[in-house]
Amino acid sequence: MREKILAVMEKNSRIDIKDLAVLLGESEVAVANEIADMEKEHVICGYHTLINWDNTSDEKVVALIEVKVTPQRGMGFDKIAERIYQYSEVNAVYLMSGAYDFTVFIEGKTMRQVAQFVSEKLSTLDSVLSTATHFVLKKYKDHGTILVQEVQDERMLITP
Amino acid sequence: MRNPLSDVIVNIEPSGIRKFFDIVSEMKDAISLGVGEPDFDTPWHIREEGIYSLEKGRTFYTSNAGLKELRTEIANYLKRRCNLTYDPDKELVVTVGGSEAIDIALRAMVNPGDEVLIPQPSFVSYLPCTVLAGGRPVVIELEEKDQFRLTAEKLREKITDKTKILIMPFPNNPTGAVMRREDLEAVAEVIQEHDLFVLSDEIYCELTFGSERHVSIASLPGMQERTVLINGFSKSYAMTGWRLGYAAAPHIIQEQMLKIHQFAIMCAPTTSQYAAISAVRDGDSDVEMMRESYDQRRRYVLHAFKEMGLDCFEPNGAFYAFPSIKRFGMTSDEFATRFLHEEKVAVVPGTAFGVCGEGFLRVSYAYSLKNLKEALGRMERFVRRLDGKA
Repeated sequence: MREKILAVMEKNSRIDIKDLAVLLGESEVAVANEIADMEKEHVICGYHTLINWDNTSDEKVVALIEVKVTPQRGMGFDKIAERIYQYSEVNAVYLMSGAYDFTVFIEGKTMRQVAQFVSEKLSTLDSVLSTATHFVLKKYKDHGTILVQEVQDERMLITP
Repeated sequence: MRNPLSDVIVNIEPSGIRKFFDIVSEMKDAISLGVGEPDFDTPWHIREEGIYSLEKGRTFYTSNAGLKELRTEIANYLKRRCNLTYDPDKELVVTVGGSEAIDIALRAMVNPGDEVLIPQPSFVSYLPCTVLAGGRPVVIELEEKDQFRLTAEKLREKITDKTKILIMPFPNNPTGAVMRREDLEAVAEVIQEHDLFVLSDEIYCELTFGSERHVSIASLPGMQERTVLINGFSKSYAMTGWRLGYAAAPHIIQEQMLKIHQFAIMCAPTTSQYAAISAVRDGDSDVEMMRESYDQRRRYVLHAFKEMGLDCFEPNGAFYAFPSIKRFGMTSDEFATRFLHEEKVAVVPGTAFGVCGEGFLRVSYAYSLKNLKEALGRMERFVRRLDGKA
């Protein structure tokens, strides 16, 4: 049941528990309990909204930053990551395989704000060797949802 | 001027669906539970193969029976899915949808006056195609008390010394009925006893729900040699517009079907055939994802019917529910027409699939949850009004 709940909720976290129970052929109580358990176990870590900010009047700048670091004694990747993810400007931090160590997603109001964050806060951390900042120009698809095209039912209303 | 028309075709009634379609298309803002096709887009890897084939300039005819690679993959599929062994060179024809396969199978097998048994409610093509092939359609009326399954008794009742072919439309459009192995075994016994042939339309074979997967009648002992198995890509892989299906049949029948196909069609669309290779080879996980999604929506629709007090037997296949509206004292046509006018929701009257569909509606659940919710909400309002509760 867990996987099925997650598969539905990953695409629609606002679904009624009642509807979800019907879809999965389970009782409402069982589904509610399972969700509560998953929240407790941090399987479900939050219920966010997928916003296409481009369609609002709010200006936002998103950047992806490649960060190379040198892990030091008593301070592995996790510790360095912690120094980075504590900043509220940072949306996501991933440890990467390959040519660099962390991918950091930053969100700011302006490019200057992001640049300032990188030069003044991120780059000045002791363990950080280098950074490469890439600004997001346009989001086509996010969280499995295509943002740039409208979904329309083009089927004929009645077919055999 | 002389009458330019053939009496045979003029005397065939246009599809009941067509009639209703004309009414619906005049309603500007109607929403629908009336489609007979998936709501998914064709999975991208399949579309991509189609695009690549165009980019590479593969725009020529294929061999009449279809691309060898596609036939080989279809044979592999039938082996892994139904444990059936077919020779890709001698026992398969790739057709323009399952519909063409129905047509050419009947034309290849029917002699004038031969009787073709057609269980109804069922897809709209069997009867006219039988008539066009010169056969005599004999309808077997399936009943809700049998869960719209074909029973050996019902089959026996209609067999005469002219009976040659039995059509097996399962999983069924419009009822959602499926035949389990034991149901098929009972029917197969009668078929062999009377030396009949079977045209088994298994286009919805991937869409069965519950613990039992679809069983092909061709996989029962002694049945493959007397079965034309029809399947296609439309429903399983959400490829309706690609128009691609196939028939698997004993060589003696396949050979003649291929002749008709060759003269009438040449070959199925080349682009679609290249795309279909990817579907049948790599599409199992897509099918599973879609099946699970239909199953969820099936539960949702059945639950909604129960809440509004609409009787409906549990459909275990395809993506249709077939609720009974008998208690309202209206014909299916009246119900569907009033529902359309008063609530602007299109459903298909059961009678579009045969006279015995009277008293039922076909409700398709190949829609988003949002659409289902809205449409079923309107249905509940309508039913309450009929019940005098609103």
